[in-house]
Amino acid sequence: MIGIEHYLVVSSILFVMGVLGIFLNRKNVIIILMAIELILLAVNINLVAFSAFLGDLTGQIFAMFVLTVAAGEAAIGLAILMIYFRGRGTIAVDDVNRMKG
Amino acid sequence: MIQVIAFYLFSSIVIAAAAMVIFSRNPVHSVLWLIVAFFNAAGLMVLVGAEFIAMLLVIVYVGAVAVLFLFVVMMLDIDFAELRAGFMKNLPLGILLAIVLVCELILGLGAYQAGKVELGTPDGKAAITDQVPNIEAMGQLLYTKYVFLFEAAGLILLVAMIGAIVLTHRKTFSQRRQNIGQQVRRRPEESIRNEQPEVGQGVEI
Repeated sequence: MIGIEHYLVVSSILFVMGVLGIFLNRKNVIIILMAIELILLAVNINLVAFSAFLGDLTGQIFAMFVLTVAAGEAAIGLAILMIYFRGRGTIAVDDVNRMKG
Repeated sequence: MIQVIAFYLFSSIVIAAAAMVIFSRNPVHSVLWLIVAFFNAAGLMVLVGAEFIAMLLVIVYVGAVAVLFLFVVMMLDIDFAELRAGFMKNLPLGILLAIVLVCELILGLGAYQAGKVELGTPDGKAAITDQVPNIEAMGQLLYTKYVFLFEAAGLILLVAMIGAIVLTHRKTFSQRRQNIGQQVRRRPEESIRNEQPEVGQGVEI
């Protein structure tokens, strides 16, 4: 039968995929944002799995709040990406040193 | 039995899609794989009875966030091949780091199974029951116990919306308005010029 461990293994693999995505695509900020979305998806799976297996609905409520913050983060991140691209004509972020202070 | 098959199907597709998101060459394909991953994660959540979160995942992530990503990827004119320059260089260390991380996490899971750590002690207020549907139960909890957090979440979304608009709004749009005073002040002598060009010559405008 499927227990909570199965869900936790899936979510930890998903989390590590997100971290690996940030590590590998250090220049491409779009992929970095998508990797952050993957990490937050892993967190959500974790919260929902614990909520279901412990019989407490609070985890699902918090998964909803994580989702809210993820949506806001994606919007702001993509807006910053747009103005960065407008100013520099590229989105290579491995040498962002314009925001020095 | 069908739950086991569905779980393994959804989870393997989620992991494969996540791998395709980070290894895919074209960011448009990455976004499409991200959508696949979200759909299958929603399936995983349906399996444990969290229908509301699953539907929220489909509506908010696939319907809004992924489409936003798709818009931005297609709007920016970028040479994506150049951005992948450091990919192969980072690959061995990245894979090593990922293996170490996933081993640590699964080790932690093993310790959790073996030990006596009491993770979470539900007080019974938010217990999952079969009498009310998932959405109704979440609504009852969200509008009573977590109502301030709920409003704070709305504020976060408002701030994010205002921030995105302020960041991307171009001020040059408003300068193209009709300036009636300037139009009325215009005189013939500063807008008309008499020229007598040579044969075969043009006029300098």
